[in-house]
Amino acid sequence: MKVSILQFPGTNCEYDTQHAFEALGATTQIVWHKSETIPTDTDLLVVAGGFSYGDYLRSGAIAKFSPVMKAVNAYADKGGKVLGICNGFQVLTELGLLPGALKRNDGLHFISKHHHLKVQNNNNTFLKKLNNGDLVNIPIAHHDGNYFIDANRLKELYANNQVLLTYTDAEGNVKNPNGSVDSIAGICNKDKNVFGLMPHPERAMEVLLGSDDGVKMLKGFLEL
Amino acid sequence: MKVIVNISLKAGVLDSQGKAVHHALDSLHFSSVDDVRIGKQIILQLNTQDKTKALADVSKMCEELLANTVIEDYEIELV
Repeated sequence: MKVSILQFPGTNCEYDTQHAFEALGATTQIVWHKSETIPTDTDLLVVAGGFSYGDYLRSGAIAKFSPVMKAVNAYADKGGKVLGICNGFQVLTELGLLPGALKRNDGLHFISKHHHLKVQNNNNTFLKKLNNGDLVNIPIAHHDGNYFIDANRLKELYANNQVLLTYTDAEGNVKNPNGSVDSIAGICNKDKNVFGLMPHPERAMEVLLGSDDGVKMLKGFLEL
Repeated sequence: MKVIVNISLKAGVLDSQGKAVHHALDSLHFSSVDDVRIGKQIILQLNTQDKTKALADVSKMCEELLANTVIEDYEIELV
């Protein structure tokens, strides 16, 4: 199992992501954005969190023109698995690999805390280790996490089981921290090979540090 | 040639910043304000005087980079 992790100027979660996947037994490689290729034996490509290009213009807007992105598109088109976490999710929506967009949080504040999420669809690589309705406790840390999609595309998301995770309280009741449409925290594309979420499963790997619920999530990718 | 691009959230997309500023204006007793929308302005200096070309170029820039047309509208003004 080989995980390639993209690194842009301003990315800051690449080493956490690397640590998380290596702790689960994967081999990892960090790929600098200027590379025009990604390793051919990549089983999972992660677009890690952070603030690529300082979030200038819009979060993820400039990263989509990085040299490596042509290879990312080609990899995803061939069915390669891609996971975008936080800024990675923003980059994937800007790139058009995932539908919708991430807006400024409704409360305008940067939010950094643990938040519960409910699994809405586990019939995919990412969440197959969890059951529908399961709750996980995962850190969120974002300013632009307010997921927006128009009503028609939202219907499509539901029809294709692309809504993966929603924000809830500890009892599983809807609790929306940032104004996202239908409290959506994570989605996938129609072909279920490209995944994006605002919360950080790679930061929830140790009970000692608040939660190890990220293990069950990331493990989904290890058994393809 | 100077070109001004105004970018704002589409109608129907909640503008949280605009809403917050509206509340602030309310609390300052500016009761004449019905709505506030906040956008951004990008000022470009182009090395052409050809208006048709400028408009075509800047439209393409907006579609590809300057605006996210999922949530934003743009207006181009040639000065």
